[in-house]
Amino acid sequence: MNILNRKWVILGSIVVLAVLLVAPFLVKNFRVFQMNLVIVYAIAILGLNILTGFNGQFSLGHGAFYAIGAYTAAILMDKTGMVYWATLPIAGVICLGFGWLIGFPALRLSGHYLALATFALALSIPQLLKYNHLEALTGGVQGIVLSKPDAPFSLMMFGQRLNSDRWLYIVSLIVAVIMFWLAYNLLRGRVGRALIAIRDHPIAASAMGINLTYFKSVTFGVSAAFTGVAGALGAVVVAFVAPDSFTVFLSISFLVGLVVGGLASIPGAIFGGIFIQFIPNIADEISRAAPWAIYGIFLITFMYVMPTGVMGLLRKIWEKTGHKHVDSDASEHP
Amino acid sequence: MKRRDFSIMAVAVAAAFAAAPASAKGQYDPGADDKEIKVGNIMPYSGPASAYGVIGKTMAGYFKMLNEKGGVNGRKINFISLDDGYSPPKTVEQARKLVEQEEVLFLFGTLGTPTNSAIHKYMNQKKVPQLFVTTGATKWADPKNFPWTMGWQPNYQGEGKIYAEYILDKMPDAKIGILYQNDDYGKDYLHGLEAGLGDKAKTMIIKKLSYETTDPTIDSQILELQASGANVFYNVTTPKFAAQAIKKAAAIGWKPAHLLNSVSSSVGSVLTPAGLDNSVGIMSVQYLKDPTDPAWQNAPDFKEYAAFLAKYVPDANIKDSLPVIGYTTAHSLVQVLKQAGDNLTRANIMKQAASLDIKDVPMALPGVGVKTAADDFSPVEREQMIRFNGKSYERFGKVYGR
Amino acid sequence: MDAFIHQVVAGLAAGSIYAAVGLALVMIYQSTHHLNFAQGEMAMFSTFIAWALLEKGWPYWAAFFVTIAASFILGFVVQRIFLRPVEKAPVLTNVIVFIGLLVIFNSVAGWIFDYTIKPFQSPFPKDAWFTTRFFSAHEVGSMGVTFLVLLALFLFFRFTPVGLAMRAAAQNPDSARLVGIRVSMMLAVGWGLAAAIGSVAGMMIAPVVFLDPNMMSGILLYGFAAALFGGIDNPWGAVLGGLIVGVLENLLGAYVIGTELKLSVALVMIVGVLTLKPSGLFGKVVVTRV
Repeated sequence: MNILNRKWVILGSIVVLAVLLVAPFLVKNFRVFQMNLVIVYAIAILGLNILTGFNGQFSLGHGAFYAIGAYTAAILMDKTGMVYWATLPIAGVICLGFGWLIGFPALRLSGHYLALATFALALSIPQLLKYNHLEALTGGVQGIVLSKPDAPFSLMMFGQRLNSDRWLYIVSLIVAVIMFWLAYNLLRGRVGRALIAIRDHPIAASAMGINLTYFKSVTFGVSAAFTGVAGALGAVVVAFVAPDSFTVFLSISFLVGLVVGGLASIPGAIFGGIFIQFIPNIADEISRAAPWAIYGIFLITFMYVMPTGVMGLLRKIWEKTGHKHVDSDASEHP
Repeated sequence: MKRRDFSIMAVAVAAAFAAAPASAKGQYDPGADDKEIKVGNIMPYSGPASAYGVIGKTMAGYFKMLNEKGGVNGRKINFISLDDGYSPPKTVEQARKLVEQEEVLFLFGTLGTPTNSAIHKYMNQKKVPQLFVTTGATKWADPKNFPWTMGWQPNYQGEGKIYAEYILDKMPDAKIGILYQNDDYGKDYLHGLEAGLGDKAKTMIIKKLSYETTDPTIDSQILELQASGANVFYNVTTPKFAAQAIKKAAAIGWKPAHLLNSVSSSVGSVLTPAGLDNSVGIMSVQYLKDPTDPAWQNAPDFKEYAAFLAKYVPDANIKDSLPVIGYTTAHSLVQVLKQAGDNLTRANIMKQAASLDIKDVPMALPGVGVKTAADDFSPVEREQMIRFNGKSYERFGKVYGR
Repeated sequence: MDAFIHQVVAGLAAGSIYAAVGLALVMIYQSTHHLNFAQGEMAMFSTFIAWALLEKGWPYWAAFFVTIAASFILGFVVQRIFLRPVEKAPVLTNVIVFIGLLVIFNSVAGWIFDYTIKPFQSPFPKDAWFTTRFFSAHEVGSMGVTFLVLLALFLFFRFTPVGLAMRAAAQNPDSARLVGIRVSMMLAVGWGLAAAIGSVAGMMIAPVVFLDPNMMSGILLYGFAAALFGGIDNPWGAVLGGLIVGVLENLLGAYVIGTELKLSVALVMIVGVLTLKPSGLFGKVVVTRV
């Protein structure tokens, strides 16, 4: 039986989805909150993957787009009373614009220089958010406190109520499914192949007629849009935004999640999200004295055992167990 | 007796047993029972504010010492302290973990303004006390809107107002230059001074400069302040930058009247690295005893504190003033628990926290007590101005506050 | 006018700090073609080693040179143990290992030495002969040290066989192997030298900003900016880049935009310059053959 058969894939997906929908009713609220954050981070990492994994443009500044998305949602909800789910597409569009704009100077830079430029962007965001003249809008250093939306209907399952946390989890799940499906469609066809071509052999690609300027800047925009939507969702889930929530460490975490999950792999983003949410907690349990040292050891060990990320490892196992090598987008170059 | 009466009686007795509380000794909310009280706490043990982590370690040491002496009212304190790296989303996660998974009775002493802001609404919605938060922001004393949150330290704006009063009184021709950290703490101090100066603020404050915690040095700002001709320097910086500011000002020969915020007034961790000679004349405000002040070396509460620190918080530095905050805040909490007795419900904890009147607080300055009421959620308000004479601080002027 | 000169001077002093860190980064890039994110934390850790020796009563210069030697060994060992397994892995995998090292060094330093700030001695006495009206003794001294290190680096790469071998190993490892150069060993030596330079930078920086585990986190970005601004493969460029960044930042803050936005504006300017000159101000433009 070939388990890549379409019938089995659909059945498998339905089972997985059902499990995911029921899971929040089996655990405590706070776990649901954590799972929710995993989903949010996975979407953010997916955005980064489009740019860095598939297109080879090195970004150390995606925390900036996450922050812009989060603040967009917060300001809209706070100042105009907009309903939370309407802020998501708006955040996406605004970040699309920003990302596209930033894509232009990024065209001239590559490798380490691009990394520095994006790093600089991430670093300057907190200062901009605290800026005096924008304080009326952004809440300045105090940030903006939001209210968590309630579930629109009542439901009881396994003795647990469908409360605000569980409802938000389901919303995030729906958003994630939409975003992942969008990414899958975008990257499967000609666009995806064009991006990979630009990443691996830019000169040959342009010789073949692929418009580098157009693709690279639009990719930046799309990547920023994904991460911006994640940011907006994150703001709704945490119900609070402040400049301190969006430091450089956030951008670095996204990069870590990307590499650990697996470059140029859509499902890899989920493993990345799980890693950056839970491993710091596990490290904290192991050592109270120097938890981040344990986290660093985890990171390094992961890189030794699976240099191409979790998906890279899974692919290797898949191939070793005799299945045909299907379609690999990962390559030696970032 | 007829069988029917017997059944009724049996049911009545059974009902009486069912209605009685599970434990005979007291009234409990989640997190408390006959044997222990679970107290939650969130501190930045990693990240940019990790220097403050020692406050949490001191609190842990204090409760350990207390437990060895038998605890409070026969119950041990189980102090669960988690790290949030000064990142508000992480604080939300840890607060939820403590309240929903660990099921602590209340949160105590969590540090930071943005971090506490992130959980402010949540704690009040869940009706779990957010007690004695370790930050001087003004917004925690709001019993009408947030009855489950209470601060502890004298707030920053109040301190700023004290400096304003001093300037208006003693230096009416002052030209004030300000260096402040560009975050909630810095801005709170700034507002306090401006509010205290009132209409004169615009004319007296001639230069306002900020810095970020990621800035390597603040030399440029000090130079600019000197060039502006300011003769009063309002220094709102955290310890590392305060030391840099003092050192640089001395190096370029700038000698203004120096008002240093109390967060960075420690002789051991700020003035000594900056240079004691450079620090002569620096004024600040204090409500706690500075452990390096020779005036207190023989005081009984200081000796007790020093012994405690050496035994229970061995990595802490005796010259550092941060552990003193942990020590005194923990002391106030123990008083609240003592007053609560066997009624360990969250409502009663808040009630007792709002009925404090501690006159003798170990390691607090003479005259500084802890006092709260149903409409007064600011436990410590009294503080006094101090001036550094090259060796230690001398108190002067009156004791401000209620 | 006086104030302006003071700002420029302060900028040069801060800039020489960035230059020193930038040099360490250039060093590691020239020998491995990687940018080591953990460079700052390793420099900080080395400075703590020096501090510990000084606390034990060692004379300054003894502690100084022993720290440099110890840092060389540390860098060498780190490369052998942690980087060797991922030598052949993709660039981003290496980057994650660097990040791992960064958090480990930071965390361990905090655990061993705690987080309160510590004063660090300057070897240049306050009233040395080279103090001028505008520069303090330490500022002149540390700039001098930075230039000495720069000169030593330049001479090393240009005129010594080891330097040449290292450059070859970084640029074309396969051909280098064919000529008999032990590429792996060259990488380790490169790391050792970078760590040594970093320790010098740390010991020059600590007297100004005070020593604590988070000392380098703000400076590292500026070090990167210095290195890249001047061209990642050019030590002179890193020094010049550092000085320019330092002065630019100060002047922007004092005269143009105010302190509230000076970080953002400085970074925007750096990125702007890079857009015009993508290999840095003085970097070599690499032309790829199709």
